[in-house]
Amino acid sequence: METDQLIRTLAADNAHRARPVGFVLALALLAAVPVSVTMFFAELGVRPDVMTAMRNPFFDLKFAVTLALAIPAIAISLHLSRPEASLHGWAWLLLIPAGLLVIGTASEMMMPQRLPMMTRLVGTNSRTCLTAIPLMSLPLLAAALVGLRHGAPTRPAVAGAIAGLLSAGLAATLYASHCTDDSPLFVATWYTIATASVTAIGAVAGSRVLRV
Amino acid sequence: MPEREDEWTGLMRSAISGDSAAYHRLLKAVTPVLRAAARRGLARAGQPVDQSEDVVQDILLAVHLKRHTWDANAPFAPWLFAIARNKLIDSLRRRGRRVFVNIDDFAETIPGEPAAETAPASEVAAQLQSLPARQRDVLQSIAVDGASIKETAAKFAMSEGAVRVALHRGLASLTAKLREQ
Repeated sequence: METDQLIRTLAADNAHRARPVGFVLALALLAAVPVSVTMFFAELGVRPDVMTAMRNPFFDLKFAVTLALAIPAIAISLHLSRPEASLHGWAWLLLIPAGLLVIGTASEMMMPQRLPMMTRLVGTNSRTCLTAIPLMSLPLLAAALVGLRHGAPTRPAVAGAIAGLLSAGLAATLYASHCTDDSPLFVATWYTIATASVTAIGAVAGSRVLRV
Repeated sequence: MPEREDEWTGLMRSAISGDSAAYHRLLKAVTPVLRAAARRGLARAGQPVDQSEDVVQDILLAVHLKRHTWDANAPFAPWLFAIARNKLIDSLRRRGRRVFVNIDDFAETIPGEPAAETAPASEVAAQLQSLPARQRDVLQSIAVDGASIKETAAKFAMSEGAVRVALHRGLASLTAKLREQ
């Protein structure tokens, strides 16, 4: 086919309008959230003392941290779905959850504690945390990749990694309502390891499926 | 060339708001620029520059199918060149695995030297044959015979809407096949 012929054909298809990337991403995530929520209630469920726990600021801080990861990651992945976009000027958003954890850890250090630091860090749920967060993120990660595929990310591994952060942030939000370890030290250690593994999976998957 | 790029941005805005003639003019205007860039890229990578037309068509298809990711408030050229760069790298990667480059050929195609001729693009045409019959017929009617959507609809006793759907699906699956080859 001559290039002029191809151009004529593309011009004939000008009336076709694709959906915005944000719309497709939102739709995919809305379809995946019930899957992760079902996994959560089937295997874990909300901790029984949740009403008391809500009065503990360190319990609430877990949600602030995980949402401060998920929401900026959604914004960054939408930004990266444009081909000319780079992380420049956006990466600092990912420091917000880290900053919250630093503040949380520092405030916990200043309060009198019943348990020694290492005990709080090791906690009782680290193994559940390391399996539940990655498993519940997988449907969300797949959805985020479907949404991003509708865009045109020119740095597939980076976009995939951000999709990993996004899905880990959402999955960790669910998990936080189950976990009885509320120490910011526990969150900073185990949630971070779980999130890092999902991010790595996202980067590898992204570099395969997110080619323009 | 800022004026040229402003003109592209204006044409693309008109195209997005439904002006197919503006879209046609835009694609015609960017093609020589893409072709020159594809030749430079192929030459720099030590690949035969006569394959530039396949790269150009690859880029044009991606531009078409991803144009919803262009922000109408941003200039068009950076978006276009990001897509083009990405497609060029992609096709070099693909070609890298199967094209054997002779060192003597390479000496003859140093950057800047005008290449004698360009091979006609073959990849899109080849993939066209593997499309479902209806999509292939519609694409061929519009591309090769130069028929309009209306004429194509009459020729195949289809509705214009069905022609549009077949046309778009055909272009999308062509692109998918090119990516996977």
